[in-house]
This record gives sequence, C-alpha cells and structure tokens, in this order.
Amino acid sequence: MIQERRIILEHLDRAGYTPDLGCYRRHGGYATFERCLALEPAATPEGQTLSGPEQIRLEVRRSGLRGRGGAGFPCGVKWSFVNLDSDRPIYLICNADESEPGTFKDRQIIHKDPHQLIEGILIAAYANRVHQAFIYIRGEFIEGARILDRALDEARGAGLLGRDILGRGYDLEICVHRGAGAYICGEETGLIESLEGRRPYPRIKPPYYPAVLGLYQCPTIVNNVETLCAVKHVAAMGGNEYAKLGVPGDPGTRIVCVSGQVRRPGYFEIEIGKATLGQLIHDLAGGLHPGRSLKAVIPGGSSAKVLRAGEKYKLKFARPDGKEIEREAALLDLPYDSASLAAAGSMCGSGAIVVLDDSASAVEALANIAEFYAHESCGQCTPCREGSLWMHKILQRILRRQGRPADVDNLERIAHNIPGGRTVCAFGEACSWPVQSFVAKFGDEFRQMTAPPP
Amino acid sequence: MSTPPPSEPALPATVAVTIDGRRIDVPRTMPHPVTGAPAPTTMMQACELAGVRVPHYCYHPKLPVAGNCRMCLVEYGTPALGPDRKPLSNPDGTPKIRKAPNPVIACATPISPGIEIYTQTPGVKAAREAVLEFLLANHPLDCPICDQAGECQLQQYALEYGHAQSRFDEAKVHKPKQVDLGPRIMLDDERCILCSRCIRFTRDIVGDDALGFVRRGSHTALTHYPGRPFDNNYTLNTVDLCPVGALTSKDFRFRMRVWFLGETPSICPSCGTGCNMVIGARENVIYRLTPRSNDAVNQCWMCDAGRLNYSWIGRADRLAEVQVPGPAGSARKSGWKAALEALAARLGAAPRGSVALIASARLANEELFLLARIARALEALTDSIPRAGEGDRLLVHPDRNPNTRGAQLLGIAADPPGARLPAIAGAIREGRILTLLVFGEDVTRHGIGLDELDRLDLLVASDVLPNATTGRAHFLLPGAAFAEKSGTFTSARGRVQRFAPAVQPPGSARAEREFLRELASALTGEAFPDHASGLFDQMAREFAAFRGLTWAGLGAQGVALPANPP
Repeated sequence: MIQERRIILEHLDRAGYTPDLGCYRRHGGYATFERCLALEPAATPEGQTLSGPEQIRLEVRRSGLRGRGGAGFPCGVKWSFVNLDSDRPIYLICNADESEPGTFKDRQIIHKDPHQLIEGILIAAYANRVHQAFIYIRGEFIEGARILDRALDEARGAGLLGRDILGRGYDLEICVHRGAGAYICGEETGLIESLEGRRPYPRIKPPYYPAVLGLYQCPTIVNNVETLCAVKHVAAMGGNEYAKLGVPGDPGTRIVCVSGQVRRPGYFEIEIGKATLGQLIHDLAGGLHPGRSLKAVIPGGSSAKVLRAGEKYKLKFARPDGKEIEREAALLDLPYDSASLAAAGSMCGSGAIVVLDDSASAVEALANIAEFYAHESCGQCTPCREGSLWMHKILQRILRRQGRPADVDNLERIAHNIPGGRTVCAFGEACSWPVQSFVAKFGDEFRQMTAPPP
Repeated sequence: MSTPPPSEPALPATVAVTIDGRRIDVPRTMPHPVTGAPAPTTMMQACELAGVRVPHYCYHPKLPVAGNCRMCLVEYGTPALGPDRKPLSNPDGTPKIRKAPNPVIACATPISPGIEIYTQTPGVKAAREAVLEFLLANHPLDCPICDQAGECQLQQYALEYGHAQSRFDEAKVHKPKQVDLGPRIMLDDERCILCSRCIRFTRDIVGDDALGFVRRGSHTALTHYPGRPFDNNYTLNTVDLCPVGALTSKDFRFRMRVWFLGETPSICPSCGTGCNMVIGARENVIYRLTPRSNDAVNQCWMCDAGRLNYSWIGRADRLAEVQVPGPAGSARKSGWKAALEALAARLGAAPRGSVALIASARLANEELFLLARIARALEALTDSIPRAGEGDRLLVHPDRNPNTRGAQLLGIAADPPGARLPAIAGAIREGRILTLLVFGEDVTRHGIGLDELDRLDLLVASDVLPNATTGRAHFLLPGAAFAEKSGTFTSARGRVQRFAPAVQPPGSARAEREFLRELASALTGEAFPDHASGLFDQMAREFAAFRGLTWAGLGAQGVALPANPP
C-alpha cells in the first residue's frame, strides 16, 4: 500500500495547525528564508565566488525542479532566462489562478498554509533580485485572497516584508491581485496582460517571453503556487538532496488531485514516479465505487489526453548500467511522472487525475469538457475561438440525439485544425487534445450516438 | 558589479532569406509602424519585399502586429546546426535546413539568417483553408446586402481557399447588428472577424482608445467605450481598415455597389496637407472619397472632415451659366466666347493700377499661374483669402486651403496670405481700384463688403456655388470643383501633387484653366497650352520654385519642391 510523501503538505490538515504566522513559525516557518538572507558569499570548487542569491539559484537549478502549473518547465532554467543586470526592475508573479478542471491543490496551500507560499515567494524573489512580487489569485478565490492579505499583513508586521527585511537591507513588497474570472488568466502572458489591466489575451512569443518582456515590458518570473513552495524546500534541503526525491528528470514531490468516480477524491502529495496511477486511484483515493470497473483516466487536468482502460504503453527505463530497456505497462501500472505519461501519449499537466468508471458516457464526458473550453476560449485566435465553440455545438447536438455520421469526422478535423502553432497560446492544444483522444479511443460510442436511425 | 558588454561586431545590414526557393536579401530591421524605431524584420515584411503575397486579415503594415487571425501561417526551416553549433551541409554542399514542426504566423515571426520560408506548401494551404473555414463558420452570408462585397477580404480568400459547401451545421452565434458606434460609423458585430485593426488604429495611431472587445470566445464583440460615441476626426479610416463589412460608413452604406464605382486619383482639397485620395464616382455622381497610400504625405489615412467634403459638388444650385452685364445694371446669360471677348475688352481698357485680383488658394497651380499672368498684364494688386483652422498631430493642417504655398510661390497670395486685403478694400473705398476680379471666394466675408463692391466699375466673379460676391458680379464665370478638373496643388510642406477629374461640371461651367487660358491669351497676346500638363511644364520653366519639375515626373505620388531652386 503506497503512502503519501508529504513535504509541502507536511503540516496541512493536522489537528491544531492554523494558517497564522505564529503557528507557521512554531513549525519552523521562515527559518529557511532567514538562512537564505544570511547566506555569505561562498567559493565554488571552480574558484568562483557566489553571492547568496546566486547560491539559491544554483540550488534550484541543481534540484531539477519542474513547474507544477501544467507545462512542467524546469524552474531553474526559467529563472536563468532573466537578465539580472538590466536596468529594469524584475518582477515575480505567483500564478495562483488555479483553473484547470480537476485541479484543487494550490487553494489548499493558500487556505491552510499561506505563510509557506509567502516564504517560497520571499526566497525566489531574494534569489532573483525582485523587489515587487504579485500573487495573481483566481477571481473566484475570494476567501483565499483574504487569507493571503491577512498573512501578508502578519508578515509585514513581523518585519518579513517591506523595507529592510529583518534588518538585512533587502526590500520586497507582495501584492495580492484578484483575477478576472477567466481560465485564460492562468496562461502566464494572459495573466500579465490581466495584471496590467487589459483583457487577458495571451501575448505572442516571440517576442513576449515573460523573462524578457514580461510585466510592464520588464523581466518577469511567473511560477505556480506549488512550485514556489517547492522552492522553499529546495532551499531548505539543498538541490542535490531534493533531486534524490522522485525520478531523474522529474524530481521531488507533487500534489496530485484525484477526482471523478472514486470513493475518496482528494489531494495527495507523492514522490514523483514512485506511485502508479493504480496506486493513486486505489490506495490513496479509495478505489472505484463498488461494482464498477474502470473506463478511462484523464491523468493531468481536463486538457490532457484521455487514457482508456485496457491500453498498453511502451515505457523506457534506464538500467543502472545506463542502458535503456523497454517495458510494457498497463494503464494502472503507469508511474505518475512526466516521462511515463508522455510515453503513454498524455501528460501530468497540473497533476489532476479524473477517473471515469463504466457508468460514464465518453460522449457526455467529452461534451462536458468541450463546453468548458468553448466557454473559456479568450477569442483572440480564429481557430480556437471558432473551433472550440463548433466542437461544443456538435457534441451538444449529439447529446440531443441529433447526431449525424459526419460529426465524428468533423470533430476529428476541427480538433486537428486548432493546435500545432495555429494559436498564440496552448489553449488551442488544451481544447483539442481531449476531443482528439476521446474520439480516437471511444470512436465506437461516438459512432453509435451518431448513427442514422435504423 | 556588472561589467560593460564587450563591443559587439557590427551586424550586416541585410539578412539572406529564401522564400519559396528564391533567395533574397532583406534588411535586418525595419521601422516600427508606430514608433519608427528599428524592429526585427518579420517574415511578412520579407515576403512583401520578395513580392510574395501572404494572405492576412489582422496584419496591416501601418499598425502594430496583433497576430490573431492566423491566416498568414507559413512553414519555415532554419539552417541545421551540428553539436558544435556549426551549420551542417547537404552532400551537395548546400546548407542543411531543418524544417520547423509547426507553422508560424508570418506577421509576427522575425527572420533569421539563412531561414527558408515556405508559403505554398500543402501544409500551408491546409492551414489557410482551416482558418478560413473557422472564420466563415459564424460569419453571416449576407454578401448580397453587404457594403463590403466586392472589396471584402473574406470573399477574396474564400475564392482561393474556401469550400463550396459549408460543413458548419450548427446555429450561428448572434450578436448585435446595426450598432451605432458614432456619428459616422455603423457596426455589424456579426460580420466582425475580431481582427482588432480598428481598435489598434484608433488607440495607437489616433491616440483615442475608444474601441474594444467585450465578452469572450466566439461571443466576443466589438464596441465603443460605454457612454462615449466613437467620434474622432479619423473614424472613417476604420471602415477602410475593416477587412470585412463590420464597420461601414453611414455616409456611403447602401448607396452604391463598389464595383460600379469608377476610381480617380485625386488630392484632398480640405487643407494644406494634401492627402492623396481616390474619388469613387458613377455616372457623374461622387459617392465617396477614400485615402490613397502615400508614405510621404498621409500613409494610408485621411481625416473624416476631408472625406465627407464632397456633397457640395453635386448641389442643385451650382453655378452653371455664364453671365454678362445686361441693360441697366442687370445680368444676362451669355455664351463663353462672347463673354470672354467682352470681358477681355473691358479689362484691356481698364487703367493700369486700377485693378485688383483675389484668387482662392483652393485653385490649382496652373490656374493661379494663368491668373498671375493676367495680373501682371493688368498690373493688378493680388492676394488670396487665408483660411485658418486648428491642426492636429496626425494629418489636419491649420491652413485649410490646399494650395496656399502655390498661390504664394506664383505671386498671387501675400505673406501671410490676406495681408493685402485691407489695402485692396481701402483702395476700393478711395476709388483707386475700380475693377475687381474674384476667383473662388466670397470677398464680402473677408473685409470687402457689399458697399465696396457697389463702388466698383467692374466686378468679375468666378465660382462654383452662388454667394454674395457672385450675386453682385457683372461678369459671372462658372468654374469647376477639384473633382471636375486636372491640376496640381502645392502642399503646405511643399509637395506638388496631381489630381484628375472624376466627374463633369454642370451646364456651362468649365474648368477655370480653360477660360483663363483664353482670357490670358487675349490680354497678353501669348498662346498658352490647352491642357494642365502643358501649363504645368510652362509654369515650371518660368517659376524658379518649380524648376526641374514636369507634369509627367510628378507621377501618382507627387514630388517635393526643389529645396534650393537654381
């Protein structure tokens, strides 16, 4: 029976653990940040002298920590794109616009352990010469924003924020900004547009990479809530130590949200790659409802390609001698890490696992997802704007028993014509991957629903 | 702590790119459309330089890039690099190209050395077809009643990339129709393809952040700022910019199918800027004035006031008959020949120094040239009427006359224009001036009142519309509007530009140069060319300011006056 490996969630949900500063400090809170602030310049074996912030950045690079928002980009690499020596301010934005259906991890941290996030922001900001940080929190998280504001007040009162933090000459302000109530506000360049007060139309990359031309056209780091919390633990443990957790290429722990047709849906922090989908579903989430069998798993948020029960995947493993071997794995034997999920043709995404049992209709499930994406397409790019609504309308018509045989081909064609560089941001992929995969894997159900009446 | 970067070797000014197999050198940077600062040359710009057309809706060379329509998707490849970062070669020695997996938008993607751009591959064609199918999915198919039909980019590309049969089988999205955006603009939100050209134009070019999108996804709709109509002096440019029939001109909509309009190149006569424009006319009626691109003058914009300044040309009360003095101070109709003979005789008999001539700075250079010769023969005191207004930072010049510069260079207008008007008025009152010739102005509104006019022995007036001065004229010579004749204006910044006739003047009215030529010949004994081109060339030979210019050499875009005439 697999167990959680709680690092970020170590104290959460424990009796008596409260979100206030006093409780956080009693549990060792802000000690890592204080140590970071006190770091003296240190010499490397190569004879270089590294400042405190440089040492933190090095540790994060060494850790191999990947972003937890969905794209999984290595955090240290992202930071390295920022030109720290330009004459422009550097901004840090904590992306707390948690909106991917099936994902409910960041809000746990914000509600139950806000100071952990603030400490992560403090460390990341100090490491990157940031003096103004923002927490862009999803518009619907009204209570979360209040909690963060309260926590920031406490931190300010304790000298952990503002001017000359802890008397060490470092200044940082953190501002909580409530989002504009749209999924696309979580796309990092859409978020920046929104933070600047405009419609959250994602920006064209190139040239508007946040690290180069981000908020107010200044270098900007955008990191997810969980990522910033992980940064705190990287700083506490050291990069090499952190990298021992998880699997090579995808180190550390991550919080996985399991929902759908399971008995105990919830969020679970696991060591990456050390639990299979089956263990997550059965050991941690209580398994399927009695008498039900597994139909499919959406393994990384609603935009991830669906995996059908009974599918077999070819996984590559590196043997200790460095040689690669291939092994076949069934759906529930897939280790939960990015390489395994990629080999299965899907992704870990935001760490949200949605389970469908045999009582679910693939057509209904896809129609539900398509409705969401049709509602959330920002409308900037033609293919996504028109295609997402078109797919939604076809699926709704099929549900009304007015499907036509051509609908299946049309869905496939539309979903093929949206992604792959045809849109500014990855929403094009997000709205079409579910359609592509559901239609490909459950074509029988779609054809049955769209067959002409006998 | 930071060390200054080592001085980098200067990059070459051009970059070699290959477009559909053809190599071309293009500038590394091109001026940003709004700031003018050097910006990396894009694939779209490189294709334009290579003469390769890439279809697009949201891209516009004079606007900041938006990159939203996705019609300009192209495929490309870059030189493949080995592990040592050195370019790899094919067996035949040509550089090895690594094709990018995904298409990119040409409008926003910068070029790089050695890049190959493919605009005609099956993948590109499929991408364009897909975008077009998406654009048409919710677009109303109301082309038969749409003003844009005939000049609609959606129609245009549907011909090239469209399907005959729609695969869209759902209910279309409904949005507001007949949205009154402002005093001159009507919006049909269902036709809008959300390219945002109009938003970018009014925000980034005009500086009036008046338009924006509301709602989301396919329900997104263009609108104006709540409670504030879209009403600056440049709103009608959004009608030109709109690639479809979403934004229409209230002045033009439903009046004429565009394919029936004859198009005549012309120059806006409404101020000293001299915006290049096209007159759209059919069967002797003008339907619209639209800007004609000229980067030296107006880019591709025009102000609303200038665009709408044409309805007077078709007015029913246009002066259309020649009048000569009748019995007992009355006026009677006449033919041109008799009138000009009689007038030449009267003028020839006028004592030298007793004549004044006021000619509008809205007349063409050629007309003012002939008037200058007449004035010289009569030793007449001359001037023009100043017409001052407020200028702006975009196009509108504070001088509302189109040819003040020409009138001054040809010796008609004083400096400043109108400076001699009080002296002329005084001389009339004192009886020293007994003959006044007025071309294209109502002098009673500019300091020479009816009292003064009544003191004159001879008042000659030429105009296109009746006014108090023409009402008192002994000789009335009906002239032509700018749209009814050929000629040139000299803009306030000294650019000489040609305009051509689009319609005929009414009745007996004639282009001024035609009758002035006869009058000037009668008074000077010289012969003058009977067409604008010959008159212009003669003027350019005689007046140093125009020396070296020729009518043919002016071309469609005009020529700046020589800075230091010989």
